[in-house]
Amino acid sequence: MKVQFEKLDKAFENRVRLQIMSVLVVNDRYDFNSLKELLDVTDGNLASHLKGLEKEEYIMVHKSFLGRKPNTNYEATEKGKKAFKLHLDALEQLIKQQKTN
Amino acid sequence: MKEDEIRDELTSIRSLMERSSKFISLSGLSGILAGVYALIGVTFAWKIVFNDPMYRALYGNRVLSHESKIALYYGSGPSGALLSPSIAPLLLIALLVLAASLLTGIILSIRKAKKNGQPVWGKTSKALLFNMSVPLITGGLLMLILINRGYYGIIAPSSLIFYGLALISASNFTFSDVRYLGILEILLGLIAACLPGYGLLFWAVGFGVLHIVYGSVMYFKYDR
Repeated sequence: MKVQFEKLDKAFENRVRLQIMSVLVVNDRYDFNSLKELLDVTDGNLASHLKGLEKEEYIMVHKSFLGRKPNTNYEATEKGKKAFKLHLDALEQLIKQQKTN
Repeated sequence: MKEDEIRDELTSIRSLMERSSKFISLSGLSGILAGVYALIGVTFAWKIVFNDPMYRALYGNRVLSHESKIALYYGSGPSGALLSPSIAPLLLIALLVLAASLLTGIILSIRKAKKNGQPVWGKTSKALLFNMSVPLITGGLLMLILINRGYYGIIAPSSLIFYGLALISASNFTFSDVRYLGILEILLGLIAACLPGYGLLFWAVGFGVLHIVYGSVMYFKYDR
């Protein structure tokens, strides 16, 4: 059991981070505002979690301007996608183990 | 972590993946209603066509050779274009059916989006509309150009074919079941092109019957 828990990624311990990652693995890019609307979180909350994922090098940031408005897009890195998959696998394993127990 | 918590987590991940990349707020009911509108429209159109002098010349007069019927039906280019007097009311009916279907679709989608917690005018609905409108507008303009030259025979097959292409292109951004409806519409359009003179029948099947069947399937699969 202990071994399985250790496989879970610390970076995804927070629910919002895991949600951000699940959006970014199925979409090439996602912008800040759409992400905010989808996850129903505050600007500050979302920004801090995005920073956290960026620090882990799980996501890349693309900054551009739409007219005069800044438009920030996020993209999952290969490292991030791999980490996400491993985390999901670990979650699945946990379920399977608890079922047999 | 308890098993229930993990299960919740996985469910929320799956739902987010879907909601972020696909517009899943299309309503099956709007498909059924669109089909009903189309059948009503075809009934009216049928009455107009049946009383049309050009149609009578084509199908009422057996003296006409097959070749001249085909020439009459498809028109023979800019100089030989036969302007049928019924084309204006027929276009009006088609536009009314289209408008009613769109309005119903929009209203029911807004309702369902609220229930799903998905923005109505968001990333996914924009992608869906853009991918659908490229084939639709292309087809619509091409048809108008050809109608203007008197090629009325292309209306039924090309409207079905371009609509089918639009559905397939849109299916990446909503329920993937839409793809099958698209394939059926294209096949139907190609068959319609081989059988001139049965355009209204193919319209009734393509826009009426298929929509009702598809709408019912979607309704039972996703709406309840």
